[in-house]
Amino acid sequence: MKIFKGQGTADLGKPWRFEEDGLTVTRGCAWSPPGCHPTGCGIKTYVNSNGELVRVEGDENHPITNGRLCVRCLTIRDYVYNPDRVLYPMKRAREDRGKNKWERITWDEAYDTIAEKVKYFKDKYGAESILVMGGTGREGGPMLPAYAHACLGTPNACYTQSGYSCYIPRVAGTTYVMGATYPEMDYAGGLPGRYDDPMFKLPELIVFWGKEPLPSNGDGLFGHAAIDMMRRGSKLMSIDPRVNWVSTRADWHLRLRPGTDAALGMAMLNVIIEEDLYDHDFVDKWCYGFDQLAERVKTMPAEKAAEICGLDAGEIREAARVYAAAKPAQIAWGLAIDQKSNGVQAGHCIMALEAITGNIDVPGGQLIGDVNDGLELGFGWNNLGPELQSKILGIKEYPAYVGLVLNAQCDMVLDALEAGDDAKYYPFKMGVFEDTNFLAGTCAAQPKRWHDAMVKNLEWCFGIDVWMTPTIQATCEIFLPLSSTVEHDTVVYTHYGASPIMAGAVNKSITVGDCKGDCEIFYELGLRCMPINFEKYKDYYDFLADYRLAYKRTFEELREEVVHQKTEMCGYYKYESGRLRPDGMPGFNTPTGRVELYSTMFRQFGEDPLPYYEEPQFSPVSTPDKMEEYPFVLTTGARTYCYFHSEGKQIPYLREMNPDPLIEINPEDALKHGIADGQWVEVASPFGKCVLKAKVSQIVKPGVVHAQHGFWFPEKDPEEPSLYEVWRSNINERIPHFMVGKLGFGAPFKCLICSVKPVSENYDTDMMEVWDHFGKLVI
Amino acid sequence: MTAYGLLIDYEFCTGCQSCEVACKEIHNIPVGQWGIRVLDDGPWECSDGKFNWNKIPTPTRLCDLCVERTDKGQQPFCVHHCLAGVMQWGTVEDLAKELEEKPNQVLFVPKPYQY
Repeated sequence: MKIFKGQGTADLGKPWRFEEDGLTVTRGCAWSPPGCHPTGCGIKTYVNSNGELVRVEGDENHPITNGRLCVRCLTIRDYVYNPDRVLYPMKRAREDRGKNKWERITWDEAYDTIAEKVKYFKDKYGAESILVMGGTGREGGPMLPAYAHACLGTPNACYTQSGYSCYIPRVAGTTYVMGATYPEMDYAGGLPGRYDDPMFKLPELIVFWGKEPLPSNGDGLFGHAAIDMMRRGSKLMSIDPRVNWVSTRADWHLRLRPGTDAALGMAMLNVIIEEDLYDHDFVDKWCYGFDQLAERVKTMPAEKAAEICGLDAGEIREAARVYAAAKPAQIAWGLAIDQKSNGVQAGHCIMALEAITGNIDVPGGQLIGDVNDGLELGFGWNNLGPELQSKILGIKEYPAYVGLVLNAQCDMVLDALEAGDDAKYYPFKMGVFEDTNFLAGTCAAQPKRWHDAMVKNLEWCFGIDVWMTPTIQATCEIFLPLSSTVEHDTVVYTHYGASPIMAGAVNKSITVGDCKGDCEIFYELGLRCMPINFEKYKDYYDFLADYRLAYKRTFEELREEVVHQKTEMCGYYKYESGRLRPDGMPGFNTPTGRVELYSTMFRQFGEDPLPYYEEPQFSPVSTPDKMEEYPFVLTTGARTYCYFHSEGKQIPYLREMNPDPLIEINPEDALKHGIADGQWVEVASPFGKCVLKAKVSQIVKPGVVHAQHGFWFPEKDPEEPSLYEVWRSNINERIPHFMVGKLGFGAPFKCLICSVKPVSENYDTDMMEVWDHFGKLVI
Repeated sequence: MTAYGLLIDYEFCTGCQSCEVACKEIHNIPVGQWGIRVLDDGPWECSDGKFNWNKIPTPTRLCDLCVERTDKGQQPFCVHHCLAGVMQWGTVEDLAKELEEKPNQVLFVPKPYQY
């Protein structure tokens, strides 16, 4: 079976390891590092008799990616053998923070020192004084709570992005409203016959709402599956302020004003209800609070939403009708929903749309996970004991956030870090950075404030990464080097286990330096710091079989299978069969057993139980007095193929695709403000300034600009105060701290205001400098 | 002699640039040079409010159609990795038939040349 005509076939049916032309070929699934969502694309590594990786190639045996690979995996050799990579554990004295004065040590010395420090801070200040910060995408990202609770024994894990503005606001919404994790668009990923499987039905309509999954593979969704479905006949609708490639292939493109999604969602619901286009059977049997929802969305007629969103009322009505009529229809709703304080309500609207049109857990609709399929969450939490559990920061103030993800509320963490010994509850003393480079304008607002507070008030820190980053360079005393996806054995579980798609073996084929994987470091360090959680395991592979595979199979079994499609867990209409609730009863895993259009959980947390619209804190509507000084609506953070957030800047072939941080500006605005295409500009918000390079394009509407995030310049001066020039183009410095929603979620990363002015300086990257630094591989 | 070419369905090329980078990797082409390049026609707005945006992978004078691979029954490296699966390698004769069946495709018949 071919998914597309040009698909490779030469190695179909080959075992997990085979010989070819004197090289050993290993099939596996790629995940982390390099950072990416857990998509687990099929990869073949070709290794010579010296144990050197000479080539990688996509694995045509993979049921979802079929040999296809994106540029981030195609360049793995440049990543693995990059001269800038850190290959050994290192240490440095606290007074040398910010200086490139690292000294090589052994893993034993590193682990012993960390274990000793953990004990010291626990004894002196309490375990809660240890703060574990993590990033996204890499394997260590979703392990963040476990790194804190199970491995080091502190309650305080922290994803540092203001309002946890990534994925979790959506997951919280779905957990409370639907009793499930994120309902993914169904692309037949777990079905053996894929798009031709008799169980599957091709969606008539795919809606991309604030999501660009083609470059991002968000949450493990192989984004180009949407192209496979388009070519089989699915139509597209795009709801996005920007033009992207997908929107040019969409029959409907709603270019709403950034941050107004909840108004649009309410209006679409109103049209569908008023015009009686909804699925009466599903609403009667499986929804709770329909009448209250209908009453509420009446307050948002299409005309009103049109005014708020900058759309035509007719456009909104048509979108609602088209969506309601398509059977099945699926909505991929993305990060944009998380990045505003009103995002939980926008998400609530989208779930209500999916529910009242009968698209939940139907073939080709929104796929939700089988309750029996999930991996155990909360590893190590119970062993902390009630006293430490009660100390997790923000549990009183933000129970809907902290109680759900077992993370400290991150905005409160920054306040506490800045307060030092005067913190409201207790001071943080030790810091851990696991797979995060959040000072580089990724998962933090106001990174300079984080920097200053951490450098001053954290007494001792260690970091885990592949590269020296500005974040670790500024703060840490110990560096633990991470191995890449082709250097260790572990398991990738797509959609973080939330959708029944596949488990994949990340198969080791080479060794480089003295590096270890996230899971391996976690296990070995956990044995030293919190043996109670790890002693039960025979060895690393036993741990992996439990932690990643729930003992359903061993790693060795999966290694040979390479990809295990979860066919046994695939099924639709699970609300009828009792496979959504732990008690095995039909219905959804919510207090009412139904999809809660009126959310009893939101009500319990003191939030409005029904969707509502709230203007962004800064916008032409809420701050008209500021628009003269800051005439643009600022959105940030759209995805590129070449980078995973801050990662990839050292890979010459990737850097060349996007050497400099860009800000997109409409040609009309560029003319008005005297900005030429390719000119550097100063971008200022009420919270500070940075310089970016203008890309003049109709991608954005007049009055809106879009800025890239995550830039630092690893070829530049590594030491303070430069830190690889991390502050020069750091758009996240322009995002405010602690402007989040009532439940603690969502910050305005995608709906702020700014000014854009041309500057005469030129900061263009010299690609030859990058090539000289990073182009000569060390094998 | 049989002529071979690359058929590219630019209606569905998403501009991921896997072809560019795959080519650079397999042929060790330095930065600033390409064996295939994704040309960008757009985005620009048409009178009806819709946007034109075509990404067109175009082989350069360095493209040898990965003859070493195709001789072994493998796809050219760019074709193998194309995320949208819009590239096909084959004889001009076969590809021309494909071209008849589906519009918005382009057929390249590259051969390295010297002037």
